[in-house]
Amino acid sequence: MIPLYWWLVVAAALFCIGLYGVLSRKNAIGVLMGIELMLNAVNVNLVAFWRYVTPQTLTGQVFAIFVITVAAAEAAVGLAIIIAAYRRRDTVIVDELDIMRW
Amino acid sequence: MPTNVVQIVVFAILTLMTLGGGLGVVSSRNLFHGALFLVLSFAGVVGYYVLLDAGFLAAVQLLIYIGAIAILILFAIMLSRGLMSQRQSQRNEQWWIALLVVVLTFVVLAVVLWQVDWPVASDQALASPSVAISQLGQELLGPYVIPFEVASVLLLVALVGAVILARETET
Repeated sequence: MIPLYWWLVVAAALFCIGLYGVLSRKNAIGVLMGIELMLNAVNVNLVAFWRYVTPQTLTGQVFAIFVITVAAAEAAVGLAIIIAAYRRRDTVIVDELDIMRW
Repeated sequence: MPTNVVQIVVFAILTLMTLGGGLGVVSSRNLFHGALFLVLSFAGVVGYYVLLDAGFLAAVQLLIYIGAIAILILFAIMLSRGLMSQRQSQRNEQWWIALLVVVLTFVVLAVVLWQVDWPVASDQALASPSVAISQLGQELLGPYVIPFEVASVLLLVALVGAVILARETET
């Protein structure tokens, strides 16, 4: 079998790529795509730990399902906010969406 | 060919898909191409789940991430296109700081993960994982019934909230 460490490193790399997307994208939709990548990395970690550490109990898979649920809700609400903001302010660039900045 | 070699080759291909797709997501100038790279990355993760004997999660990943979330993102891009011209840079001015932080984070994570002695299960347990979907359902409706119900409420609230937020307002 593939060593557990490989899975963890791949998940860490995917998480870091997503983090870079969140931090460096100008477009709010790009930021949201980075968040999706990060959530996927976490899910890979959860399932890998389930398979290698506790293969007899399904806790890891159950939590991965909850993460997927939250990700779906987050994507729906996030994109709705972006579309509402685009309609009002005519932009999806996060630097220009500073109405709540003090 | 022994199964181990096959597994490693499949793992390498899937890693290429997942991480390559991820890099495409964060680096492509055209956001639409970025969303298509996102689909590639999600497909790689589907393969990971199959390789990890989590068949149900692979199906869920395929349906929800590729079937719903990626399509939703494509819709949002098409609804807000035009203003973001492709010539203009898609990165903000602090992207190099972000790159530095991310590379450092990855190095720290890789080193720390290497040093931890993970309590991997015995070979016998590893050879026979519990993969029955019925058991997953029993877990969801047994010990995890409260989070399960809360998740359903969360989905309902997100549904209503998304409709209200994105609705055309008269004012």
